[in-house]
Amino acid sequence: MSVLVFAENFKGTVKKSAFEAVHYGHKLAAEMGTDCHAITVGSVSNVSDLGKYGASKIHQIASASTVDFDSQQFSKAIGTFAKNIGAKVIILSHSSQGKSLAGRLAIRLDAGLVTAVNQLPDVSDGFKVTKSLFSGKAISTYSMDSEVKVLSLIGNALAPEVVNAAGEVVPSDIELEASKLTVVETKTVEGTVPLPEAELVVSAGRGMKDPGNWGIIEELAETMGATTACSRPVADADWRPHHEHVGQTGVAIRPNLYIAIGISGAIQHLAGVNNSKVIVVINKDPEAPFFKAADYGVVGDLFDVVPRLNEAIKKAKAG
Amino acid sequence: MKLLVCISRTPETTAKISFTEDGKQFNSDGVQYIMNPYDEWYALVRAVEFKEQNGGEVTVIHVGESSSDIIIRKALSIGADKAVRVNANPSSSLFVAKQIANYASENPQDIIFFGKETIDYNGSEIGPMVTEMLDIPYISFASKLDKDGDAFLCERDIEGGVQALKVNAPFGISAAKGMAEQRIPNMKAIMMSKRKPLEVVEPVEVEAKVSIDQYELPAGKSGVKLIDPENMDELVQLLKDVEKVL
Repeated sequence: MSVLVFAENFKGTVKKSAFEAVHYGHKLAAEMGTDCHAITVGSVSNVSDLGKYGASKIHQIASASTVDFDSQQFSKAIGTFAKNIGAKVIILSHSSQGKSLAGRLAIRLDAGLVTAVNQLPDVSDGFKVTKSLFSGKAISTYSMDSEVKVLSLIGNALAPEVVNAAGEVVPSDIELEASKLTVVETKTVEGTVPLPEAELVVSAGRGMKDPGNWGIIEELAETMGATTACSRPVADADWRPHHEHVGQTGVAIRPNLYIAIGISGAIQHLAGVNNSKVIVVINKDPEAPFFKAADYGVVGDLFDVVPRLNEAIKKAKAG
Repeated sequence: MKLLVCISRTPETTAKISFTEDGKQFNSDGVQYIMNPYDEWYALVRAVEFKEQNGGEVTVIHVGESSSDIIIRKALSIGADKAVRVNANPSSSLFVAKQIANYASENPQDIIFFGKETIDYNGSEIGPMVTEMLDIPYISFASKLDKDGDAFLCERDIEGGVQALKVNAPFGISAAKGMAEQRIPNMKAIMMSKRKPLEVVEPVEVEAKVSIDQYELPAGKSGVKLIDPENMDELVQLLKDVEKVL
């Protein structure tokens, strides 16, 4: 009996979401009176950092080379490993990899599955865990009765703390089967934190009037170290790339700070961002529905307010 | 080429979300139901385009009761050739996945299309479950699918980018934004859809592994604090010292 966490890496570096998952696994294992194991695939440079956040043992599959993600191949390897160590709870990140694996592992291990969990399970009476649904507009509590359980943890639900667990790194004897996928090319935006992992997000909408006006948004984001996002109409009009679209049919995010600039706050947009810890809305229309969902509001012309906010942050950072 | 598209029924995107007083059930009073947008706009339309370009047959499969027939007819009017409805309440993702895998193992498919998630449970669970049951590859969150000789070329969304990859049939694929453009069926297509076959089959039994005890609404915001647009220093100070997010 143990807790097993699949710790994702990207190009050989452990992802932020993996530290969150390991810390979650560590806390759950402590409540269940067992150990938290982590498993990684491919060569990972900072793998021992997983120990800091709570992994008592870190197992590495195929440590010699970079491995492209294939849910079929990974499900077999991780599923076999989970059986070998008798893992009772398997924890994944609710990311593109974790989401593709969660259902597969649940079938392979004949396990119960709850995806996008947002809190530690309550193990005082059975095994109960909550998840958000309707893109954050509701929460449900699940009871899991199966012997083996698979959970995927939504991003930014808990802050990983340093606990300095043993973190012994051991090569695993599990071998990956040949993949049926061939990766041809990987294109990523360099130098910015991907939206699902970003703690600070600056987002803009139709109030910007023209794609040529985005300079002030990018400057503000750069000052803050934030990731840029946008509303659906702006992505649909090709003013901004599709991967920046947040909302019900775009990316759902839950950063620590979400600054919405010139976005009215349609219900579909709110659905993707209303789990943000702090929401700031800048809009010249005091009737914009977004103000009802905001913590802080600024009623004013964004072309004046945004540069002023940028200067104020610069000043605060310098001071 | 055999193309299977899995469609789900969800409350429409602007529906007010509420639950019965005891928190045991979704309150469907006055709620309009639609075909899950990812299933319709991206998965189904791309499957239909694919058939138009490469030949083949598009089947839609849905697990639900007769109240779903309206969205199944819509799928047929968008261009699917035939439909299968598994006559049961879609009680869990495992239940639904088992029905689809059961159909697909009896009626082998080249490509099984899913939407990237449903807009109600946001789980992305069905695609991985079905493909694991069938032991075939699964391409998640795909924004592109093209034929490339005997193989298929896809692009999948990953955090902060996209990855292009090649795969051979059979495989499952979940469709994200970018895969296709929404299609509005014309009157002729709507009339023709009424003559297309809709087969109703009974479900296979599945034992549930999880159950929902309670639904609730998240605590709302306590109210907005308005900041003078001339005074951004105040906002920065609040974000920094009170909220500790900067």
